[in-house]
Amino acid sequence: MTIRRTWIAAVYFIFTVLLIIPLIEIVRGSWADGWGGFTDALMRPQSLHALGMTGMIVIVVTLINTMFGVMLALYLVRAQWIGPRIKRLLNSLVDLPFAVSPIIGGLMIVLLLGPSTVIGAFFEDAGFKVVYALPGMILATLFVTFPIMVREVLPVLQEIGAQQEEAASTLGAYSWYTFWKVTWPSIRWGVIYGVVLTVARSLGEFGAVLVVSGNIMNKTQTATTLVYQDVENFNVVAANGVALVLAVFSVGLLLLMEWAKKRKEVH
Amino acid sequence: MNVMFRGKLWSFGFRSTVMLYFVILIVLPILGIYSQSLSLGWHPLWESISDPLAWKAVLLTVKLAVIATVINLVIGTLISWVLIRYRFPGRHLLNSLVDLPFALPTAVTGLMILLLLGPGSLVGGFAAKLGFEIVFHEPAIVIAMVFVTFPFVIRAVQPLLEELDKSEEEAAYTMGATRTRTFFSIIFPSMLPGILSGGMLAFSRGLAEFGAVVLVAGNIPGKTLIASVYIFGEIESNNPQGAAAVSVLLLTLSFLILWTVNLIQSRRPGQ
Amino acid sequence: MHIEVRNLNKSFGDFNAVQNVSFEIEKGHLIGLLGPSGGGKTSILRMLAGLETPTSGDILFHGKRVNDLPPQERGIGFVFQNYALFKHMTVFDNIAFGLKVKKQSKEQIRQRVTELVELTGLKGFEHRYVHQLSGGQRQRVAFARALAPEPQLLLLDEPFAAIDAKIRTELRTWLKEMIERVGITSIFVTHDQDEAIEVADEIMIIGKGKLEQKGTPWEIYKNPETPFVASFIGESTVVEDLSVLKGFESAAADHPGTKALIRPEYIEIGRPGEIKLASATLDANVKDVHFRGSEWLVELLVGNVKLITYRSLEKEVLRPGDFVNVLVHRAYLFNDNESWIAENSLKTDPMPVHI
Repeated sequence: MTIRRTWIAAVYFIFTVLLIIPLIEIVRGSWADGWGGFTDALMRPQSLHALGMTGMIVIVVTLINTMFGVMLALYLVRAQWIGPRIKRLLNSLVDLPFAVSPIIGGLMIVLLLGPSTVIGAFFEDAGFKVVYALPGMILATLFVTFPIMVREVLPVLQEIGAQQEEAASTLGAYSWYTFWKVTWPSIRWGVIYGVVLTVARSLGEFGAVLVVSGNIMNKTQTATTLVYQDVENFNVVAANGVALVLAVFSVGLLLLMEWAKKRKEVH
Repeated sequence: MNVMFRGKLWSFGFRSTVMLYFVILIVLPILGIYSQSLSLGWHPLWESISDPLAWKAVLLTVKLAVIATVINLVIGTLISWVLIRYRFPGRHLLNSLVDLPFALPTAVTGLMILLLLGPGSLVGGFAAKLGFEIVFHEPAIVIAMVFVTFPFVIRAVQPLLEELDKSEEEAAYTMGATRTRTFFSIIFPSMLPGILSGGMLAFSRGLAEFGAVVLVAGNIPGKTLIASVYIFGEIESNNPQGAAAVSVLLLTLSFLILWTVNLIQSRRPGQ
Repeated sequence: MHIEVRNLNKSFGDFNAVQNVSFEIEKGHLIGLLGPSGGGKTSILRMLAGLETPTSGDILFHGKRVNDLPPQERGIGFVFQNYALFKHMTVFDNIAFGLKVKKQSKEQIRQRVTELVELTGLKGFEHRYVHQLSGGQRQRVAFARALAPEPQLLLLDEPFAAIDAKIRTELRTWLKEMIERVGITSIFVTHDQDEAIEVADEIMIIGKGKLEQKGTPWEIYKNPETPFVASFIGESTVVEDLSVLKGFESAAADHPGTKALIRPEYIEIGRPGEIKLASATLDANVKDVHFRGSEWLVELLVGNVKLITYRSLEKEVLRPGDFVNVLVHRAYLFNDNESWIAENSLKTDPMPVHI
């Protein structure tokens, strides 16, 4: 059994070095100047604004992504008006954002909707700024988080099959009623898990948002881009303060993830 | 009849909206970037890619992503094995911690590594004394990539190990196979698809990583400047065509990987 | 409900699952759709329910075309093969689902569900969830749920497939009784001929997407119209070379290429002298005997031709290698163009009956 002990010790070692020590380091770093330094870092107007922006993006993106993700998953599994070949194509297209570097994701939006493009100029004239403003940042985050919900819900839908829904239809229920009474209870925990993942990803999105936002302080700066700027300005203590807030949220989300995963397996 | 007609109109509206959203959000931007890279013709595209700084950045990214992936393959396989097969105190806690890199913003990850291994830190100082530099050099980039892609291999191998029928192993034992033999001829082959697809995903994520790397890499052109940071620089210096050109190179590589992963997964028996 | 189906077709890509099926069903009848798996039975059932759209053809309920009606408006009840019970609902809520959709009052729903719970013998299980029920109980719930909104047509897809062999027979009788009591027109799909014969008033044999024959179980057994039906119903062996069978030589001569399908019950065997019509018998050797619980299954060799038959336990026990006389009373003869039942010409009736 010594081999076994060695392996377990090795795993503990990897986890400690790779995950646990860095986490502790963030906590320690943000307290380098004591409680005062931490609150000062957080109470800066740009910190508050950046956290507000992040919160806004998280809420909007999670709402939109959940709605469209669930519907697209439903269509990709159940719809009879899409041929099987097109379904397979769409299915593989869903994963594209996973393969795209967030920087490139941001670049795409700048290229399509930037002020120098046709569409961008059109919106600009209408007084609606997309790039270097909140709408662009939301779009970039939507792009990055797009596959998450679909990938969570789609396998659940496939697994439960269409029969319960068909049974509901032979009992006289139409699609809306069937969805809420029959489909939803089965996919609920998958959706909740997807929501937690979406929140985590949109909370932490950095590259795409950095490109699209232009990182203008007090305007388009989010929590993650603020951390970046603070580090670039050698203001590490301030960066640590904001990073700690993000890290706490992430750990909270991790706990939620575990909880949702367990419920998902039961149902 | 009226109700039915209204229902049809509704569902038609829903369908078109969802499909339009899909196309506009995902398909259009990707087509856009390919067309932008060719906006000035083939020649400038070639020029942008053949710029030594550009291809060095791409090569460096691939090299470091390969190293990070290999590290992840080894520790990922080990960890998934231990977490599934052994019962020991703290197993559940460790299993939940696996997802931490997914939950943690990448900018925070970068900062963590900077704090831990930076010039002023204990480890960083010690390494410097030995004449060995971590932060702002290649090792830091590899560490950042390993951290960010840590969950992929584990999460791909675990379900396969869980599904593995114990009786297959037992059958091998009854036929006189040793433990090592059983591992390599029964268990390892069933883990392999997970190891491969997890490794591919980790590799493609490593290629794409930006946030964690940009803070620790130092970004010295030709030395520690990786592709995504190079693209960012091109955007900042207002050269969208050059940025698009390198992006296309990176994208095509990632798509090939994604496609291979899909192929491996669809080959998995029982699916 | 009176049901009529005209020239129904369903294809999935190049595959024709259902081809030109037409039939009529009288109100109150219990019909079994019988055929091998993958033969298109379930497709027919699902088209009747509106879950699948026919490629062409008409479905008429009470003389009205219902092709364009969605399942919600067809007034049918459907029992799925795996029951498709709502997992997250109790037995009560499952049965009440169709009534809630109809926006019936709480009191009405309670009454109707109680009535069905009593009818199906599920009393005391109302508040259980599906995973707390046995297979047989699940089937009862599925049945009660389908009946709750008082449909005019009940469709059952392989209703007994997921149940243990032991309870299956019991449930068959139960279902038949229940359907008779409710008096609802019903169609069920099965691949098990015993099940179809035991439960159905009328059987429709479906093979490779085509309706081969429709009739009472007895009619189908007695007068199979196609070789497919003949070989599908009951046990049989096919004899390729007719000329070895004594008493069927004329048929062999008149219709070259004709084959014979012989059921165990068409054959009588006996020790030499046991069978009176000695001139009509063939010589055979016992190849093997198998004990089948209530009788012996005897494998015979007539020259190179293998036949099987049953022998009563009351008679003298045969052993492999024994010499016996075999009388083939009748045979189902078929060739590429026609099929008919022929009696042994050396017995009384010299003329074959053409169908």
